[in-house]
Amino acid sequence: MTAKLKSLYTKSIAVVLFFVLWDSLARFGLVDTFLLPTVTSMAEAAWEMMKTGELFIHIALSLKRTGLGFLVAICVSVPLGILMGWFQKLEEYLDPLLQIFRNTSVLALFPVFILVFGLGEVSKSAIVFWGCMWPSLLNTISGVKGVDPLLIKSARSMGISVPILFQKVILPAALPEIMTGIRLSAGVAVIILVAAEMLGATRGLGYFIFYAQQKYAIPDMYAGIVTISILGVLINFLLVKLENHIAAWKRYQV
Amino acid sequence: MAEALVIGKIGIDGAGTKPLPSDTTLERLNKNIVMENISRVYNIKHGRKNERFTAIENFNLEVRDGEFLSIVGPSGCGKSTLLDLLAGLSQPDTGSIFIDGKRVTGPALNRGFVMQGYALYPWRTVIKNIQFGLELQKMKKKERNRVALEYLGLVGLSGFENRYPYELSGGMKQRVAIARALAYDPKVLLMDEPFAAVDAQTRELLQEELLRIWEKTHKTVIFITHSIEEAVFLGQRVAVMTSSPGSIKEIIDVDLLVPRRSGDAKESLHFNRMVHKVWNLLHNYSGKEDKSLRHESAWGCRNIEKIG
Ligand SMILES: Nc1ncnc2c1ncn2[C@@H]1O[C@H](COP(=O)(O)OP(=O)(O)O)[C@@H](O)[C@H]1O
Ligand SMILES: [Mg+2]
Repeated sequence: MTAKLKSLYTKSIAVVLFFVLWDSLARFGLVDTFLLPTVTSMAEAAWEMMKTGELFIHIALSLKRTGLGFLVAICVSVPLGILMGWFQKLEEYLDPLLQIFRNTSVLALFPVFILVFGLGEVSKSAIVFWGCMWPSLLNTISGVKGVDPLLIKSARSMGISVPILFQKVILPAALPEIMTGIRLSAGVAVIILVAAEMLGATRGLGYFIFYAQQKYAIPDMYAGIVTISILGVLINFLLVKLENHIAAWKRYQV
Repeated sequence: MAEALVIGKIGIDGAGTKPLPSDTTLERLNKNIVMENISRVYNIKHGRKNERFTAIENFNLEVRDGEFLSIVGPSGCGKSTLLDLLAGLSQPDTGSIFIDGKRVTGPALNRGFVMQGYALYPWRTVIKNIQFGLELQKMKKKERNRVALEYLGLVGLSGFENRYPYELSGGMKQRVAIARALAYDPKVLLMDEPFAAVDAQTRELLQEELLRIWEKTHKTVIFITHSIEEAVFLGQRVAVMTSSPGSIKEIIDVDLLVPRRSGDAKESLHFNRMVHKVWNLLHNYSGKEDKSLRHESAWGCRNIEKIG
């Protein structure tokens, strides 16, 4: 019990101190409350928006856009990554292109996406898709390439067919690294979406933050920002949990 | 009973069977494994240049049904290459391999492979590891469980079925690997320095266990080892290989008169003579000295001296 309390203390103390510092800076007039409202006034603003349901509409829409782009990206990048990890020649040919795509800022490409897909929902999910592709693709490739050759040799010595080899050896062995890639992609997804929503959207958290700033509803703006932080942390937390569950065996490997 | 039979078999062969006449299919059928004029060449890429390296050349070997054959040879002489060929994981560049009269064209469940590195699937529990080959055979789940538990018992690990490999010691992992290779009931068990990574005490224990399992299951065992002592202790015959390109230098009949499983076997004069003989064969070959064998040779000599 005390160990649990201690761990809770270790994990929360910095966060608590951060909010205390923030609040006192505003409360004691060290920073203009117009620029930085007190934590309580921000919480009040958030509470108001929750009561009216406005906040949830924005959250739902943002989640839908991110989720769509993210899921499609995973469905493409994981199988593609498995192929590229297995067929070394394919990877040799595609890797330079992949490096170019990965290192080109996604946001620099956003105007192109708007040009092609318009200002509607498609362009937002598409840009999320694009950004989500690379972390999970790269991790899947390296996961498949990194499967212990001895495990493959052992399975092959039993006369295993290639599809079964993938199902029973390659995939389970690479899964921890694939999961890490998926988690990194999810993180990227939220970041990209918010930026995308600031440019040409009429709803969504990104739009909301931007709009609140435009109309000087500063506590609302901070409420939106904190909501995004919480969402990001929550998604990451869930995926880490899933990752640990799937890859329990991996943690004990030297 | 099983022991007596085994020793009887060695006795007969030790007395010297006549060399075989021409290699007809019929002759092949009498042998469990026949390797004829095998060579294996690796292509090594040096930048643009392609170099060919002959790992095994002119390799001939016949192994009887149910025989325990040890193979020793300087490191790099092609022992692992040989096992890969037997397993069907790679193809010889010349010659052919027959198992029970049928030509080996690829891997199959009639051969079990135990490697030095265990190669257990870390995401599978012990019992699921043992079931791997049975799943490939599409055996029903209930039956799979029964068979896997049986072999788990055979290697002395009953009660450990739900552990993960990382929860086992090296010796235990190797037992699981042996159980996994035996579970799908192959005719031949191929073992590549399986005990090299475990400590000396565990190693002796595993050697005795392996003999017990061999007597019980009547498998043909091809056992590669760096330890001359181990080769002599386990094998009915010990094949000594030449250094690269590897081929059979000589095959020695180890007609130990004492039942092997009693610890006395290693103390006997005869045993130590055999060790010395194998050591001489290995040592005399070429000027190149093999570091890994130096240690073994010292061991062999010390024993001889002790007895003499
Ligand atoms: N895949 C490979 N490509 C090129 N050379 C190899 C390969 N595998 C083994 N060799 C070479 O073939 C020789 C025999 O190797 P190996 O069969 O592993 O020897 P051993 O098991 O007796 O130590 C060694 O010289 C080794 O370098
Ligand atoms: Mg080897």
